[in-house]
Amino acid sequence: MSILINKKTSVLVQGITGKEGSFHTLKCLEYGTKIVAGVTPFKGGSLFNDAIPVFNTVAEAKSNIKIDATVIFVPAVFASSSVIEAIESEIPLIVCITEGIPTIDMMSVKSALRGSGSVMIGPNCPGIITADECKIGIMPGFIHKKGKIAVLSRSGTLTYEAVNQLTNAGLGETTCIGIGGDPIIGSSFLTFLKMFENDPETEGVVLIGEIGGTQEEEASEYVKNYMKKPVVGFIAGKTAPEGKRMGHAGAIISGGKGTASEKLKIMEKNGVHIAENPSVIAETMIKALKKH
Amino acid sequence: MDIHEYQAKELLTKNNVKILRSTLCHSGDEAYNAAISLNTPVVVVKAQVHAGGRGKAGGVKIAKTPDEAKNITEQMLGMTLVTAQTGKDGKVVHKVLIEEGADIKKELYLSVTIDRRTSNIAFVVSAEGGMEIEEISQKSPEKILTVLINPSNGVKSYHVLKMFLFLGLDKAVYNEFTNFVTLLYNAFLAEDMSMLEINPLIVTGGGNLIPLDAKIALDDNASFRHPYYNDFIDEDEEDPLETKAKSVGLNYIRLNGNVGCMVNGAGLAMATMDTIKEFGAAPANFLDVGGTADSKRVETAFNILLSDKNVKAIFINIFGGIVKCDMVADGVITAAKNIGLELPVVIRLEGTNADKASELLETSGLNFIVGDSLADGARKVSKIVNG
Repeated sequence: MSILINKKTSVLVQGITGKEGSFHTLKCLEYGTKIVAGVTPFKGGSLFNDAIPVFNTVAEAKSNIKIDATVIFVPAVFASSSVIEAIESEIPLIVCITEGIPTIDMMSVKSALRGSGSVMIGPNCPGIITADECKIGIMPGFIHKKGKIAVLSRSGTLTYEAVNQLTNAGLGETTCIGIGGDPIIGSSFLTFLKMFENDPETEGVVLIGEIGGTQEEEASEYVKNYMKKPVVGFIAGKTAPEGKRMGHAGAIISGGKGTASEKLKIMEKNGVHIAENPSVIAETMIKALKKH
Repeated sequence: MDIHEYQAKELLTKNNVKILRSTLCHSGDEAYNAAISLNTPVVVVKAQVHAGGRGKAGGVKIAKTPDEAKNITEQMLGMTLVTAQTGKDGKVVHKVLIEEGADIKKELYLSVTIDRRTSNIAFVVSAEGGMEIEEISQKSPEKILTVLINPSNGVKSYHVLKMFLFLGLDKAVYNEFTNFVTLLYNAFLAEDMSMLEINPLIVTGGGNLIPLDAKIALDDNASFRHPYYNDFIDEDEEDPLETKAKSVGLNYIRLNGNVGCMVNGAGLAMATMDTIKEFGAAPANFLDVGGTADSKRVETAFNILLSDKNVKAIFINIFGGIVKCDMVADGVITAAKNIGLELPVVIRLEGTNADKASELLETSGLNFIVGDSLADGARKVSKIVNG
C-alpha cells in the first residue's frame, strides 16, 4: 500500500517533448514509472524515445490508452489551460510541476477542480513518489527507499533533505508529496494527511511547511482531532523578514501573519512533534514513533 | 511587486475608477507649477515611496499656496522617510505627488486581496478609514468585514449590500458604491493584482466616493501578459544587488548578517538561514540558485554574494536533484579562480554526483571546507565568522 500511486499507475506526460518534460520523462522511466503516453500539440502521431505514443490533446490520449495520472511540464503561460484540460478529461490525479503560474489563473483551476473527480498536486512542486514503485516528478529517485514514513512538503530540495535522513536512519518512506510553493495550490496538506492516516503502511508523517498562509495551522487541527499516527513538523523561514517574497510566491509574511513562530506555536499545541532544525527531522520522528 | 501610489492611481484610472487630479513632481519648481495648474484652495504633497504609514512619518503635507507646495517639496525630496513599514533604515524620497485637496466627509477602509484558504477574492472593509488595518484587526476585529467572492460567479449585489450596510453609508451613494466595488473587482482581475488597498476611501461632501490613497501589489508571475509591469519598476526602491540578481534570473534577498548563503531551492534556502542563526551566526542573504543552475549561473551568484561587503564567509548548501553536484562544484571552482576568492567557503553538497563533486573540490587546489550535513556546514561556517 501507499497513497495515490503505485507500480501499476499509468502515467501521461503533458509537455513530453519539451526540454524539462523530455529530461524528466526519461528519469521517471529509469525509476520504473509506467509512462504510457505523452501530449504535445502538433506532435501527435510521433513516438517519444521510440516507444511512447505522443498525442495532440489529453482527450485523444485518453480515448486510446487508460490513464490514471498526468504530469504537467508545460510553460507557465499555458499551464493552467493544461491542468483544466486534464480535469475536463477526468484524469484522477494531476501533478503540475510548472513554476510561475499567475495566481488568478490558479483561481480558475480551483473552480474547475471543485466538484470534479480529480486530485491535483502542485503547481510549483517536485511531484509525488511512492518509494521503489512510481515516481511522478523531478525529485532524485535514488534517495528514496521503501519504508514506513510519509512526507508532505511545500518545498522541493528541503523535502529531499528530509527523505535522505529518513532513508539513512533506516525508516524509509511510503509516499512523498511536494504540494507546491504557490499561494494557491491544487490540494493542501489536509487532503493528504487524511489519506495517510488511512494508509496501513504509513506509520508516521513528516510535514514540512514554511512561512505564509495558514495551511499548517489547519493541518495541525486535523492532527489534533483525528490522527492516531505521529506527525513531525518543521517550518522554514524563522529568519525571513516581513513583506519579502522568499523565492516561493507563497512564502511571504504579510501584516505580521504567517510567521514561523506563530505556526510552530499552534502546531505544537495541536500535538505535532516539532523538529527544531532541518537536520533533526528523522531523529524527531524516531522519538515520536516511540512515544506513540 | 510593489508599485508607487501614482502608478497605482494610473492603473485605477485606466480601469475607469475616478481619482483626484494630481501631478508627479521631481523638483520644487515642478511642484509650484503643478499647484498653480491644479488651482484648488489647498494641494497635498505626498512622498512617493514603497511603504505605507507615510502620513504619520511626515510624508504627506498640505500646502495652501504654490510657494508652500514648492517649499514642502524641496524639504521632502532627498529626506529619508522612516515609517512603520520601511524598517529602521527608511526610504529616501525621490519624487512627490502634488494632488488637489478634497472635501472629506467620511473616511473608510477598503482592500481587495486573494484569500488563499478558499481561493476566492476577498474584499475587506471598515468604517475606520485612515487607520492601519493591522491595528484595527488587533484592537477591534468587529469593526472589520471580509466578504469573499468566488471568481467563477463574480460580484453579486448581495456582496455589495453586505459591505454597504456594514459601512453604514448613506443610501444616496448606494449606486455609486456598487459601481465602485465592481470597477475595483474588475481592475484587480484585469491587471493581475495580488493586493489593492485603498486607505482611506473618502466620501466627499458632494457624496462621491474617491480613493484618497491607493496601494497595489502586482503578481510577478503575470508579467508575461502585462508588459507595462517592467516600466513600473523603480530602481531607487530596490536593493541594487537584488536588481542585479533578478536580471540574471537569481532569487536574492539581502539581509543584515555576515554569512553569505548560496542554496538551491527556496525552502532549503530558508532552512539554511534558520540553521545558521541557530548556531549563533546571521545570514547575509537569501539566495536560491534555482533548479536549472549551471556553472555560469553559480558563478554569477558567487559574484553577487561577494558584492555584499558585510560577508565574512560563504556557506554553499546544495541538495542535488535537478542540479548535479559536480556541475555546482565546477561552477564554484571556476568562479573562485576567476575572482581570486579569499573568503573562507564551507560547502555541503548532497545528492546526484556528490562523490564526483567532492573529488573535484578536493583536487581543485583551492581551500574549501566540506560540511557533511546541513547542520555540520552551518556549525563550521558559524564558527568561522564568530572566531
